Amino acid sequence: MLAKQIYDVVIVGSGPGGVAAAIEAKKAGADDVLIIERDTELGGILLQCIHNGFGLELLKEDLPGPGYAQHFIEEMLSLHVEVLLNTMVMDITPQRHLFLSSKEHGYVEIEARSIVLAMGCRERTRAQIRIPGYRPNGIYTAGTAQRWVNVEGYMPGKEVVILGSGDIGMIMARRLTFEGAHVERVLEIQSYLSGLSRNLVQCLQDYDIPLQLNHTIKRILGKNRVEAIEAVQVDEKWNFVPGTEEIIPCDTLLLSVGLIPENELSRKAGVKLDPITSGPYVDETFQTNVPGIFAAGNVVHVYDLVDWVSEAGFSAGKSAAKYAIALRNAEARYTPLVAGKNVRYVVPHKLDKSTLEAEDVRLQMRVTRPIEQPVWVEVHDGENLITRKAERYVRPGEMVTVVLKTKNYADVAKASKLTIDINPR
Amino acid sequence: MQEKYDYIIIGGGVVGCMIARWLSRYEGKVLLIEKEADVGMGCSSANTAIVHAGYDPLPGSLKARMNVKGNAMWDTLAGELNFAFERRGDYVVAIGDDELPLVHKLMDQGKKNGVPGMMMIDGAEMRAREKNINPETSGALWASTGGICDPFQVTVAAGENAVMNGAKVLLNTAFQDFIMEGKRIIGVRTNRGDFLCRWVINSAGIYSDDVMHKAGVRPEFIIKPRKGEYYIFDRADVSIDNVLFPVPSAKGKGILVTTTLHENTIAGPNGTIIEDKEDTSSTKEGLEEVAAGALKLVPSLNLRHSIANFAGLRPMGNGPCKTPGVVYNNDYIIEIPEEVQGLVNLGGIESPGLTSAPAIAEEVVDMLRDAGEKFVEKKDWDPIRPGRPRFRNMSHKDRQLLVEMDPRFGQVICRCENITEGEIIAEIRAPIPARTYDAIKRRTWLGTGRCQGGFDMTRVVTILSRELGISPLEVTKRGTGSEYLFRQTKQVEG
Repeated sequence: MLAKQIYDVVIVGSGPGGVAAAIEAKKAGADDVLIIERDTELGGILLQCIHNGFGLELLKEDLPGPGYAQHFIEEMLSLHVEVLLNTMVMDITPQRHLFLSSKEHGYVEIEARSIVLAMGCRERTRAQIRIPGYRPNGIYTAGTAQRWVNVEGYMPGKEVVILGSGDIGMIMARRLTFEGAHVERVLEIQSYLSGLSRNLVQCLQDYDIPLQLNHTIKRILGKNRVEAIEAVQVDEKWNFVPGTEEIIPCDTLLLSVGLIPENELSRKAGVKLDPITSGPYVDETFQTNVPGIFAAGNVVHVYDLVDWVSEAGFSAGKSAAKYAIALRNAEARYTPLVAGKNVRYVVPHKLDKSTLEAEDVRLQMRVTRPIEQPVWVEVHDGENLITRKAERYVRPGEMVTVVLKTKNYADVAKASKLTIDINPR
Repeated sequence: MQEKYDYIIIGGGVVGCMIARWLSRYEGKVLLIEKEADVGMGCSSANTAIVHAGYDPLPGSLKARMNVKGNAMWDTLAGELNFAFERRGDYVVAIGDDELPLVHKLMDQGKKNGVPGMMMIDGAEMRAREKNINPETSGALWASTGGICDPFQVTVAAGENAVMNGAKVLLNTAFQDFIMEGKRIIGVRTNRGDFLCRWVINSAGIYSDDVMHKAGVRPEFIIKPRKGEYYIFDRADVSIDNVLFPVPSAKGKGILVTTTLHENTIAGPNGTIIEDKEDTSSTKEGLEEVAAGALKLVPSLNLRHSIANFAGLRPMGNGPCKTPGVVYNNDYIIEIPEEVQGLVNLGGIESPGLTSAPAIAEEVVDMLRDAGEKFVEKKDWDPIRPGRPRFRNMSHKDRQLLVEMDPRFGQVICRCENITEGEIIAEIRAPIPARTYDAIKRRTWLGTGRCQGGFDMTRVVTILSRELGISPLEVTKRGTGSEYLFRQTKQVEG
């Protein structure tokens, strides 16, 4: 079971952005912080990034992805953040209700005073770059191949061509070479590298994997499994240059053609997206257009260094905590008034406690049924009777009132709610 | 010992599965053989999902009769087999004044074919009904009986209902030849052995010409594959509610734009006649043709929002129309030929083959009855194929109840389409079990969203491996030759 129905801060996604947000939300004073992860472990995509190069800016250390993730996960867990694994967030409403689905906890609805969206990004696919041809097996995004090799422990290919010089593509070129596959070459449609220069040196050049700029794939051959691709040179407007076609036999095509922030949930929550970044419009506190909904990391725009994702998470977590605390304080000012035994309703419905500090407050109510004998109109907080008033009888047609006096302030201030009962004397 | 059947159906497309379903109502042993790893892998796997009203086929043709009769059967069919179907109507839209006479011609044709519920609307009305339509529209034919379905579900559901009623379906079983006794067919030879029978039904789709030639029937009949290419769009970015056809041309009904029952806008198909019956590759030129056609109807369509493209084949035949006075050479063939005994021969069942499928099945039963078959309805015949839960389409409350009943429905495997482990396992254990990634994909719509399986792929392979008791190395996308993985990382190649 979940510990709470209402949380101060709920964070969607436990990659570097989400974990950083959880840490900073706790440090900034949020009490109940929940982080939700759809996979079996905390850490997000970092867990499959077993190469190094993480943490140089923020930790002044050169860590592999899982090591970087672990550093912050441990800090987060020491702060008693509640964790939900294997749980998918299905829906978020603009009122910050979340619908969660998991095997272990079932399908549940929770509420959050503030939310941090940290769903990260996804990879562009073949269709989004519109390569025609058959639809055989053996076409994977670089990240899916990375999961096959590094998490599941299987080789998805033997003879590999990589389209796109994004960082994950280059890193997978090296990784697959380590594991005994042959990476034939990397094709890049642009006239320049799309990932980091250090990856060109460390992942391609060190392993003699050629990079061909101004080249793309004209079509894919093979009906059931990739058998070859047809590469072609392009001009500056990306038109195919006739006569430059080359059939490259291979069994696997990896795509490293860009990342897109993952914002399907954000849309459901009414968050407005910037068509250029594909992420939410945010202010300097990382708040979206929906009050109380914040966003951090690759869900906002695609980063090249994880350190800056963590930084963004810290800011968003802090802002989310601030928002939740303000909301909690506003909620705490008020005490709900509850119709109890033989009371149909009470007006007002809630009471600003600070008012009672200065002046008396009259409560008005109607009864459910007549009692033709002397009664007590009692205002209590569970066990503790705060005040009562005697009436000779009560009838639905005649309004009943009772006054809370300034002297009751101390009792009322302690109460989480006030119940009004009418009992025979 | 060779197994003996009353009826063997060659080909598990929508027509074959529908015939199996019709025949399984009656006493007698029914076997359906399918060469692929799943039913509905050929022409039935890549089409526009439209249940056509019936104004397109030439009046007097068998195609016209099957279309109009089939269309009227779909409400009952969807109710009994529990697949997604919506009779939302369709439009044939004229752009500019020159195209208007062609729309009127279709209207006349529809009337002759007996299509109910048609009317002409003017350009202003069309623009009011579909805000995204080309502003130069001059009018349209509105056919209220047009519908849209989930064609994968239709094929699977019909096949499953046949299996529930005692039919047998053998996948990965390819027809090789007929077993003859003189002029009488007494069985079929396949890659998985011989099967004896009294009747063979040729519903081999794109290969139906090859099958009938093996029996010496209609040597002049040939099927030409007509390739149709399509674009599918992200539902978050593009939304066209109506079924919009252009005016038809010699190449077919033209490139239409509509939204599938999975809420993705789809554009296509073109119609390129090709030679290779296995060539389902999309082409740059073809996709450009589709884009141009779609933009003519809906100029605001943005191709950057497409999430997939694919190609399907239509089995265009050269069968002559048998109606006296009607000159038409691409008609359906549905016949019991005289050259041999024991064959029900189908050919050239191209579009509107999906629409016509239930009518064709009924026609086959009627022909067999006329040929002397004594059909006796099974006492326990059940026309209902129950539907299975679809988490994505449920309310929060229903999802909660479902997950309480079976927690596996709480485990979301496909993030874009919200398909759960419970749904995947239900398909693996269904009457026609889904044993490949694509079989699960076609049944549940998993992996069809904007990430195109990037998230679910490793997870589905794990589930298939576990449920089928096979190694992940043996899991395939669509049958042998389409494996995902070569070896474990620690394993040395050898």
